[in-house]
Amino acid sequence: MISIELIWAVILAFAIFAYIVLDGFDLGIGIIYPFLTKKVDRDMAMNSVAPIWDGNETWLILGGGGLFAAFPLAYSIILPALYAPLTAMLIGLILRGVAFEFRWKSKSKKNIWDQAFILGSIIATLMQGIALGAFIQGIDVEGRAYAGGWWDWLSPFSVFVGFSLISGYALLGSTWLIMKTEGDLKQLAIKLSKKFATIMLFAIFIVSVWTPLLNPEYFIKWFSWPFMLYALPVPLLVFLTSITLFYALKKQHNIKPFLMTVFLFLLSFIGFLISIFPHIVPPSIDIWGAASPEKSLKFLLVGVVIFLPVILIYTSYTYWVFRGKVKLDDFQH
Amino acid sequence: MIDAIDLARFQFAFVVSFHIIFPAFTIGLAFYLAVLEGLWLWKKEQRYLDLFKYWLKIFAVAFAMGVVSGIVMSYQFGTNWSVFSDKTGPVLGPLMGYEILSAFFLEAGFLGIMLFGLNKVGKKLHFFATLMVAFGTFFSAFWILSVNSWMHTPTGFDINATGQFIPLDWFEIIFNPSFPYRLIHMLMAAYLTTAFVVVSVGAFHLLKTNTSNTNSKTMISMGLWMIACIAPLQLIAGDFHGLNTLEYQPAKVAAMEGHYESKKGAPLILFGIPNDEEGRIDYEVSIPKLGSLILTHSLDGEIRGLNEWPRDERPPAEIIFWSFRLMVGIGLLMIAIGFASLWMRVKGILYSCRWYCRVLMFSGPIGFVAVIAGWVTTEVGRQPYTVYGLLKTVDSVAPIDALAVGLSLITFIITYFIIFGSGVFYIFKQFQIDPDQNEKFNNVLAERGGISYIVNALGRVKKTF
Ligand code: HDD
Ligand code: HEM
Ligand code: HEM
Repeated sequence: MISIELIWAVILAFAIFAYIVLDGFDLGIGIIYPFLTKKVDRDMAMNSVAPIWDGNETWLILGGGGLFAAFPLAYSIILPALYAPLTAMLIGLILRGVAFEFRWKSKSKKNIWDQAFILGSIIATLMQGIALGAFIQGIDVEGRAYAGGWWDWLSPFSVFVGFSLISGYALLGSTWLIMKTEGDLKQLAIKLSKKFATIMLFAIFIVSVWTPLLNPEYFIKWFSWPFMLYALPVPLLVFLTSITLFYALKKQHNIKPFLMTVFLFLLSFIGFLISIFPHIVPPSIDIWGAASPEKSLKFLLVGVVIFLPVILIYTSYTYWVFRGKVKLDDFQH
Repeated sequence: MIDAIDLARFQFAFVVSFHIIFPAFTIGLAFYLAVLEGLWLWKKEQRYLDLFKYWLKIFAVAFAMGVVSGIVMSYQFGTNWSVFSDKTGPVLGPLMGYEILSAFFLEAGFLGIMLFGLNKVGKKLHFFATLMVAFGTFFSAFWILSVNSWMHTPTGFDINATGQFIPLDWFEIIFNPSFPYRLIHMLMAAYLTTAFVVVSVGAFHLLKTNTSNTNSKTMISMGLWMIACIAPLQLIAGDFHGLNTLEYQPAKVAAMEGHYESKKGAPLILFGIPNDEEGRIDYEVSIPKLGSLILTHSLDGEIRGLNEWPRDERPPAEIIFWSFRLMVGIGLLMIAIGFASLWMRVKGILYSCRWYCRVLMFSGPIGFVAVIAGWVTTEVGRQPYTVYGLLKTVDSVAPIDALAVGLSLITFIITYFIIFGSGVFYIFKQFQIDPDQNEKFNNVLAERGGISYIVNALGRVKKTF
């Protein structure tokens, strides 16, 4: 059953998950930014992600580019269907991306680039969540093209997923800060993490109940025998992980809260994959129907096999160079 | 009523033209930085380190803008050209995939160390990071130009039952006929563009302070060597590029040259006003026979005119006739500036000749103008096709409402002007700082904004007269 199409679906899932976690925590920094009121705190938070955000965002390009290369049909249906949220997401990413460089250049007290950073991060996150929700709901297809209107993405469900993702990224961001800072800022981050963890767990619960109701096929996977057996460990693990997370927050652990949050994201992501697999444009097109010819898949697979390990090595190296708690004076260029 | 396709075309042209401004600068600047750091490690002279730090700040801002505008590009194909994406995905997708894997990750992965790591990783490793970023920009240009060239001169593919292009021979696809020319021409364009910016900033400070400004002089000298060597080569590369185009896209060349009627021994049209409606050039000023000589390398060679193609298969000469002349005109100006610098070096007046310094200062942006003019020539000349001869632009577009595209277009225009306007403003602010005083200014940025760079410059012109 292992086909090259399946391998590509796994690669793509890996890229998207890497993106969610990596850009998730630096978008999260932008979301919790309003809670950091002191200028030094803001500088610290910014510096904790400044050297790596660009690399994190590259996974988004790989997600899009990988979809284009391996499943061009899906790319050409999903992107028009999500036209408005994706465009808004791009605008958000522009606002926050340039803020990293611009905020050091503007000397006025009320730094408008701080505002741009917050606004951009929130827009980008909300839109990613909305896009995800709209995708789970399903996309109208006729022949080889998107057949819905340009408002189809908007629904109570998609908006709810959008706000859920905001709480999730905020949690990633605040637990990242716990790891990277000390003193008052760390205490603040712990307080924020507790809040956002509560909200996020609540959101996970609602989305998990709501999703199966959207589509009978999802329902069968989650609530019928024997499928249930495969799906059941996911909610159980979510439960265990959240207990560990709160315990680690209480004990003021440095790294554990972040790792537990990542694990929560992984479980939610697996839940999402269980729902949609083997579709790549739910509910009608599966990964085999959307895939490029074998020759294209093979050619780029060679590239992935060669480059991906190297990328992981030098990316880890960069994280290692900037490891440990951030200090302010390290960051002048 | 404007329809969705025109809006989508305009949006693509707008975002890609904005995007290319930054790569045109960062491709060259990344290599300039690598050279500076290499020289510093090798010769241990302070001025190279000063300059490295000076330009690194500018690079950081320009690179950030290149990245965010580039992310927009990678989604344009799907959101606005979905039919195109479905059809060309199997061929172009993997090439862009290689770009991401070999170039974008490399740049992004080492950028952090390049910008913030000088005190953290040691000099040699830091130099390595700078080199990696520079190579990243090169690989990026390599792959994306291969993609673009394949759309101009598609080879090595077949078409399947659903109308998709499918790959037959990857080597033929990547090294398609127009690719080597386009790659060389674009890389040299990026180096020239950067060199002119560097020289312009140097000349500005030399004029302003009027002392023995070693760092400014180093910038001017390095940049002018680059210009003197590369500008003439660019003319030669452009000529070869044009001959290649004549072979594969003769209609484009006819439009560039302004030939409507086929002719043996065609003239070189210097000026005139193309009239697509009537199919002729009004107010033509031309040199007899030279056109044939340049394109066919014989006085009586035949050149096919636009009127040989049906009307709906012709590119609009009214645009590319002019964009082509703009690019070539700037190219010739660059050659002149390059030669002048050699002559002034011999005379020993390179830094003391004030009018020449002024010319240098004002020619800072001409590279960008030429780059955009060149791309407009290439891309508009490919019309009405996206994949030349095979897939029409009208058949490539996504099924999106005109209203939606119109709204996104307006949003892009507003954000781009605010964001990139601010970015350019900050870059100009940085230019205000004297490269010889960079360390002093490290934290205190010049109070006056970037506008004063221009105001100062204009003030200096007034003094001349
Ligand atoms: C990878 C492919 C690719 C690359 C590298 C470029 N283009 Fe392009 N260009 C296209 C792929 C394309 C396209 C998707 O094929 C378009 C969209 C609509 C069309 O007709 O062709 C196009 C259209 C298009 C148009 C509108 C032409 C018209 O509709 O009449 C302009 C002005 C440009 N481009 C300009 C540029 C510039 C300034 C580039 C420099 C970066 C550039 N293009 C690179
Ligand atoms: C229309 C097609 C194009 C697309 C889809 C595209 C896509 C992208 C993307 C996604 C990025 C961001 C990468 C990152 O995060 O580092 C980027 C940056 C870049 N692009 Fe493009 N690009 C296009 C045209 C070009 C052309 C024609 C060139 C040069 C010849 C070019 C050269 C670069 C370079 C050097 C960068 C690095 C960032 C920077 O310049 O600041 N691109 N591009
Ligand atoms: C000096 C004389 C020059 C000649 C004869 C020349 C020739 C050409 C030709 C024929 C094309 C069209 C290629 C096609 O058919 O698609 C072209 C494109 C282009 N030119 Fe030039 N060029 C010159 C100078 C320059 C300069 C100085 C720059 C920028 C600094 C520049 C930048 C470009 C760019 C960016 C393109 C589009 C990319 C490409 O197709 O290569 N050119 N040039």
